[in-house]
Amino acid sequence: MTRQMTGAKMVVQALKDQGVDVVFGYPGGAVLPIYDEIFQQNGIRHVLVRHEQGAVHAAEGYARSTGKPGVVLVTSGPGATNAVTGITDALLDSIPLVVLTGQVATFLIGTDGFQEADTVGITRPCTKHNWLVKDPDRLADTIHQAFHVATSGRPGPVLIDIPKDVQFAEGEYIEPQKAKTSHYQPRVKASIEEVTELVSLIERAERPVFYTGGGVINSGPAASQLLRELVDATGFPVTSTLMGLGAYPASGDAWLGMLGMHGLYEANMAMHGCDLMINLGARFDDRITGKVEAFSPGSRKVHVDIDASSINKVVRVDLPIVGDIAHVLEDVLTVWKSRGRKTQGPALKEWWQKIDEWRGVKCLTYKGSDKVIKPQYALERLEALTKGRDRYITTEVGQHQMWAAQFLAFEDPNRWMTSGGLGTMGYGFPASIGVQMAHPDSLVVNVAGEASWLMNMQEMGTAVQFKLPVKQFILNNERLGMVRQWQELLHGERYSHSWSEALPDFVKLAEAFGAKGIYCDDPAKLDDAIMEMIEHDGPVIFDCLVEKHENCFPMIPSGKAHNEMLLSAEAEAFVGGGALV
Amino acid sequence: MSPLKIEQGASSHSVYPLRDPNSDVVEKHTLAVLVENEPGVLARVIGLFSGRGYNIESLTVAEVDHKGHLSRITIVTTGTPQVIEQIKAQLGRIVPVHKVNDLTVEGPFVERELALFRVAGTGEKRVEALRLADIFRANVVDSTLESFVFQLTGAPEKIDAFADLMRPLGLNEVARTGVAALSRGS
Ligand SMILES: Cc1ncc(C[n+]2csc(CCOP(=O)(O)OP(=O)(O)O)c2C)c(N)n1
Ligand SMILES: [Mg+2]
Repeated sequence: MTRQMTGAKMVVQALKDQGVDVVFGYPGGAVLPIYDEIFQQNGIRHVLVRHEQGAVHAAEGYARSTGKPGVVLVTSGPGATNAVTGITDALLDSIPLVVLTGQVATFLIGTDGFQEADTVGITRPCTKHNWLVKDPDRLADTIHQAFHVATSGRPGPVLIDIPKDVQFAEGEYIEPQKAKTSHYQPRVKASIEEVTELVSLIERAERPVFYTGGGVINSGPAASQLLRELVDATGFPVTSTLMGLGAYPASGDAWLGMLGMHGLYEANMAMHGCDLMINLGARFDDRITGKVEAFSPGSRKVHVDIDASSINKVVRVDLPIVGDIAHVLEDVLTVWKSRGRKTQGPALKEWWQKIDEWRGVKCLTYKGSDKVIKPQYALERLEALTKGRDRYITTEVGQHQMWAAQFLAFEDPNRWMTSGGLGTMGYGFPASIGVQMAHPDSLVVNVAGEASWLMNMQEMGTAVQFKLPVKQFILNNERLGMVRQWQELLHGERYSHSWSEALPDFVKLAEAFGAKGIYCDDPAKLDDAIMEMIEHDGPVIFDCLVEKHENCFPMIPSGKAHNEMLLSAEAEAFVGGGALV
Repeated sequence: MSPLKIEQGASSHSVYPLRDPNSDVVEKHTLAVLVENEPGVLARVIGLFSGRGYNIESLTVAEVDHKGHLSRITIVTTGTPQVIEQIKAQLGRIVPVHKVNDLTVEGPFVERELALFRVAGTGEKRVEALRLADIFRANVVDSTLESFVFQLTGAPEKIDAFADLMRPLGLNEVARTGVAALSRGS
């Protein structure tokens, strides 16, 4: 039976058939037929954002916290170009998104028509794939393919550009099962030889470390479960990138904390001194490796990744394994167990002793104060007062983001949403909206810097309109703190344009939007203020005035090696480590 | 710390025994890329090369399977072993790319290119040009009293050599198709 319907109807039908329940979008001339269909149904909720960038970040938050693809609907021209930052963000962090853009009618394409932009051209380098659909009979098939591509292999954003006449025209609708999901079927299982090789390295390693990344989260809950099983069974230490936090619980014995530029001393030293590095779904980003030539010089390296192009891109590895983390870990566990669960017990014990010495440096120590709120203290209190709750954290970009990664403890995957690869200021607030849409009863906190937060503050309107009780926890240092820190340490203390001048009164701003504002600048009152934020049933802007000149440590200055970390003056000096203080 | 107990290249999948990881010897490779013949696919391939700073020495593209909607892109590129491997992996992840073959490492292959040369001149030079064209088995496809257009097919080196010889004899325009390549044997 063929089903004829208009392109616009097909869009809504295809989204329903793909199990979509929320769309983040903003209307305009070139998508009006689709908006008309949205108006006439109830199955799909539409969240009207206040800027298209916000729609994309919200969809990212939704996707990251649910494991399902996020869906965005925007108009042609400026609607599409406003979405580009968000799409690029999703590409770099491998977040599955399906972005639908309106386009001028097919007969106007190429004429510089009103609100015409070459959307597929502009987004070709920042999507995993994109399509311009000129034939209504191809529309449903393309949408189904788009979901397949966005979610298979290494996930990522895809875009479908739909001219307005295609939305009006009738065509044949096909169901997802009948769609050509094409030849695109990335390999997920590793060969038995590769798995056995990895097992034999595990059996022989004396100073191993698991280096995990966002790929473990993307692989799904099973991957995190299997990682926990393997780590606990082998007793190997585990560290993670910013994107992978929560895959292994922060309360786990083997947890070293985050690694990288602002990673923990023990994590970076373990990476530097290991003899076997097992990279699971991370990509040797320059924020992780520091100086590549000096990166973990004595280790054999294994890299498991679903994307072959991530392997040997930056760091040459000894054992490349292309596959999905969950599949590979399952096979590794089976083979390792069947071969007698061997590890180098005594050597591992020695390795752990070394790690414990590094832990003894207490690299996150900071100088407390009872006069001003230290940003680290604010996060420690946030952690203490929200621990054990059904909690999701998003962040903006800057010092506060790194402190959040250091001081908040993540026990489960999909609970931590941050812009890692692109480092997009303005990500966190809209992302928190997307998370809250997916988890209406959970506590969603965006740990923000005042400068980043202003970049998408218009989304207050969205939060209030949709009654999304997102908590905006702004660590307000009245500075572009991370920029200021680099200027202090690397540019002779010349603070070029790193002040946040003319800041709004955040409490009044909240009230102007019809939300609640809280101000706190006193460490003694902080706990009560945080509780007031948590307990308020509605969106809150929390203006937490913090120390203005605090630096985020440890820090590996760019271009330096892992063992050339800068530590805070308060950390315990380490004798044997070669760390600079 | 104790010395390493796991030898370098201990894994049978190790890349070390195959290639020096830090080799900065630049190699030339011919890649055959089978792609879905859909709009924008060539832009994706070219965008990948320009976006990531890879070299293109030659690029040809044409549909090879009308029914299957498949085109073949032949790319001649240069880079260190690591860059070449990256290029192949990056090409492989483009959604409409079906297959990437590195003809240079997969065994013997033939490479051919077609070129047209306009050589203008009179007297001795004109005769010499014709004589050399004969040696190279180039065909005359157009002639006037002052010029010839020669057509030559062959490996790129042969075409380069012919161009070098024609230059002093009045070569004033060249058009080349770029390389088409196939592996030898069945
Ligand atoms: C869109 C964008 N522009 C510029 C930057 C560069 N940048 C990185 S951190 C930062 C300062 C952020 O200030 P704030 O949000 O107040 O956070 P803080 O570092 O003070 O905690 C800037 C400007 C960026 N990451 N993103
Ligand atoms: Mg700030």
